[in-house]
Amino acid sequence: MTDVLHNDSATADQPAKTIQMRVWRGDANGGDFEQYDLPAQEGEVVLDVIHRIQATEAPDLACRWNCKAGKCGSCSAEINGKPRLLCMTRMDTLPEGPITITPMRAFPVIRDLVTDVSFNYEQARKVPAFNPPPRPADGYRMQQIDVERGQEFRKCIECFMCQDVCHVIRDHEENKSQYAGPRMFIRYAELEMHPLDTNDRRELVREKMGLGMCNITKCCTEVCPEHIKITDNAIIPLKERVVDATYDPVAWLGRKIRRKTKRTAEEASVQPE
Amino acid sequence: MSDLEHQEYDVVIIGAGGAGLRAAIEAKQRGLKVALVCKSLLGKAHTVMAEGGVAAAMGNVYEEDNWKVHFRDTMRGGKMLNHWRMAQLHAQESPDRVQELEAWGALFDRTKDGKILQRDFGGHRYARLAHVGDRTGLELIRTLQQKAVSMDIDVFMECKVVRLTTDLDGSVTGLVAYWRPTGEFITFGAKAVVMATGGVGKSWKYTSNSWEGTGDGHALALWAGAELIDMECVQFHPTGMVWPLSVRGILVTEGVRGDGGVLRNSEGTRFMFDYVADMFRAETAESPEEADRWYDDHTAGRRPPELLPRDEVARSINTEVKAGRGSPHGGVFLDIASRRSPEDIRRRLPSMYHQFMELAGVDITRDAMEVGPTCHYIMGGVKVDPDTGATSVPGLFAAGEVSGGMHGSNRLGGNSLSDLLVFGRRAGMGASDYAESRSGGIPKVDSTLVAQYMDEALEPFTRDEGENPYDLQHDLQEMMQANVGIIRTGSELDDALGKLEEFKERANRLAVKGGRAYNPGWNLATDLPSMLTVSTCVAMGARDRKESRGGQTREDFPKADPELGKVNFVLRQPSGGGFSEEIKISPEPLPEMPDELMAIFEEQNR
Repeated sequence: MTDVLHNDSATADQPAKTIQMRVWRGDANGGDFEQYDLPAQEGEVVLDVIHRIQATEAPDLACRWNCKAGKCGSCSAEINGKPRLLCMTRMDTLPEGPITITPMRAFPVIRDLVTDVSFNYEQARKVPAFNPPPRPADGYRMQQIDVERGQEFRKCIECFMCQDVCHVIRDHEENKSQYAGPRMFIRYAELEMHPLDTNDRRELVREKMGLGMCNITKCCTEVCPEHIKITDNAIIPLKERVVDATYDPVAWLGRKIRRKTKRTAEEASVQPE
Repeated sequence: MSDLEHQEYDVVIIGAGGAGLRAAIEAKQRGLKVALVCKSLLGKAHTVMAEGGVAAAMGNVYEEDNWKVHFRDTMRGGKMLNHWRMAQLHAQESPDRVQELEAWGALFDRTKDGKILQRDFGGHRYARLAHVGDRTGLELIRTLQQKAVSMDIDVFMECKVVRLTTDLDGSVTGLVAYWRPTGEFITFGAKAVVMATGGVGKSWKYTSNSWEGTGDGHALALWAGAELIDMECVQFHPTGMVWPLSVRGILVTEGVRGDGGVLRNSEGTRFMFDYVADMFRAETAESPEEADRWYDDHTAGRRPPELLPRDEVARSINTEVKAGRGSPHGGVFLDIASRRSPEDIRRRLPSMYHQFMELAGVDITRDAMEVGPTCHYIMGGVKVDPDTGATSVPGLFAAGEVSGGMHGSNRLGGNSLSDLLVFGRRAGMGASDYAESRSGGIPKVDSTLVAQYMDEALEPFTRDEGENPYDLQHDLQEMMQANVGIIRTGSELDDALGKLEEFKERANRLAVKGGRAYNPGWNLATDLPSMLTVSTCVAMGARDRKESRGGQTREDFPKADPELGKVNFVLRQPSGGGFSEEIKISPEPLPEMPDELMAIFEEQNR
């Protein structure tokens, strides 16, 4: 045993306090809360506790996860009613008493904490692709200041918690057919602000993606684990640009001169080869 | 059987990380019918965890850089166990692959003149890693994902492959898988299959890998008759988090050291100066003063020893801790707080800042991080033809971490993302050429095999009492950490192989509760056969390679053996094998580097 980093002596002395987890168990046909009582362990996040429940009492407890480091956005669920990443929520930051874990409410339940998030993947398929001019021999040139706006939005880990919390679709399934949601708005904003892109998606965002239905309550910004300023930096500027494109002749002319190559929404909605 | 879902494709790609996505894009561009099958949701693969950057000799920061220097750095980092042709193709083609990502929408950090910025990393002579802060893997996977989506590639998400199927000649005919959300089986008929399943780290207790890193592709390929090479070469990344225990193993990017961070022991000493091997002495700084001049101007001093290749740094940390100079929780200190301004740290290393703040309550702009080695990457893997990714099984191709040879005995940081792009594309081309060359339709998948493989996967449901898969996984991880960890000895490896046989017995008695729909206990039961196969391969290689080289460190054979530096250890099983069948191992000569490349290597070494 020569690996000196192999030791387990983290919490030795005092008896651990008990934590109470109320986890929703069920599927599309319904379900109920099940309570699990476990000894607390130092430094644990909620996902650790879920894993301990799986390894001991409930091996079939369904929970989606991958990286366990806040980088993949798989383990989204609701902790005491709020959308959170299970892997980035430390147990010692939660209030005393039973902790309630439920699946994301805006999406259909598959089983237990796992939901069907295909709505988001369908929306992603509708985005007209990035379309730059041909690449110069020595590569594209862009300035740091020009890429930074897009970089903020590309921090998105697709946890879909902004979609989950958005009141336009959280309790209004019927709106999903005409509303892309905050995750997709930052994608549209990113492309709109990309220094090289030549597609104009502004009419599409207004007419088909329901940008106007967002009334900037900033719920999405509050839950974003990447701290992306979804409302201020993406949705509001996007709304302004869309309005410019539609109503303001001066801005329209300015854009026409500056970016002659932008296409119309109709053209842009066709995927390039 | 009749209501079993069946799909037919020219090319099926298993795994949707960087290599799988890049292969899919290539095959789709050829106009073939392409499916991408992955265990998780699209965009969640382990590639997102890559932080520091993608290595490519573009020469944007140091004009002196070119593919020859990159080739030389890669071979040296791998202690010459690399397949020379892979190292050559990789160094030559990675700049184009990075540039191509920009044409698909990636937004890399920029130099002042608007080119792609490149950062320093261990083992690379020049600043060479194109990056986006410390979230380069996310940028790479999102770019490839968005490109793949815009091309309308069919994606089968949360779909776990249990076996490949082959015909009587041993050629690939397709595969058997199940949908995790429903537990229903699905079969694919395919002319060509590309394996792009990533790594094996989940068999160790402390690892940077996610639950997916169970070595499925290594095992599926071996069982189908393909060869694995040098499986003993496992990389322990020097800097994983060590505290709190529940996050132990999570990666701390090498970018921290590339950007000026230094390693100190409990006495405050910058100890890496004491561990510079002869091979690296000529190019490594002798004093902290010299090293500190290097960060701003690489001609004003030599490289800091913190930026030696990962195997060197990991072993040094292990030695410091063993000598009683470790940090309170059994690591060492990684300090950037005293060396860079809080603004710089937050800008250059934003996700490290959040990771430590939120998981450990440590503000890295004020305090040092506690870090120690974590199981990170396997250099060994499926033996492939460098140009096409073809394996020894007709119709089976492999790319990325699951393939072997590219990195020799130790991978340089940043060479993984570039590997995915270069060889993902090449495997996509190789598989497409093969599929196009096959006359006739999609091969038939043998229904007897399908029934057998489904029965095997469902067997744990037939037992009321038996082994708990979580217990077996736990015991496997404890054992591999203790016996097949960063430092190994013959007796412990023999012991490991004995225990692995016991684990295989236990795996034949697994029992799971509940239904088939999204049942993690059952999912784990179907991952354990791969984990056991891969662990056995690693332990066998480690037992037989009686030397220390890169990711293989033997306490009882502490030096590199020049004769063993000329061989790959090759593992085989007859086609149609399985996790309880015998695996054979033999040393076989390494492909010999042609004279003109040897000349380049020696010229660059001067």
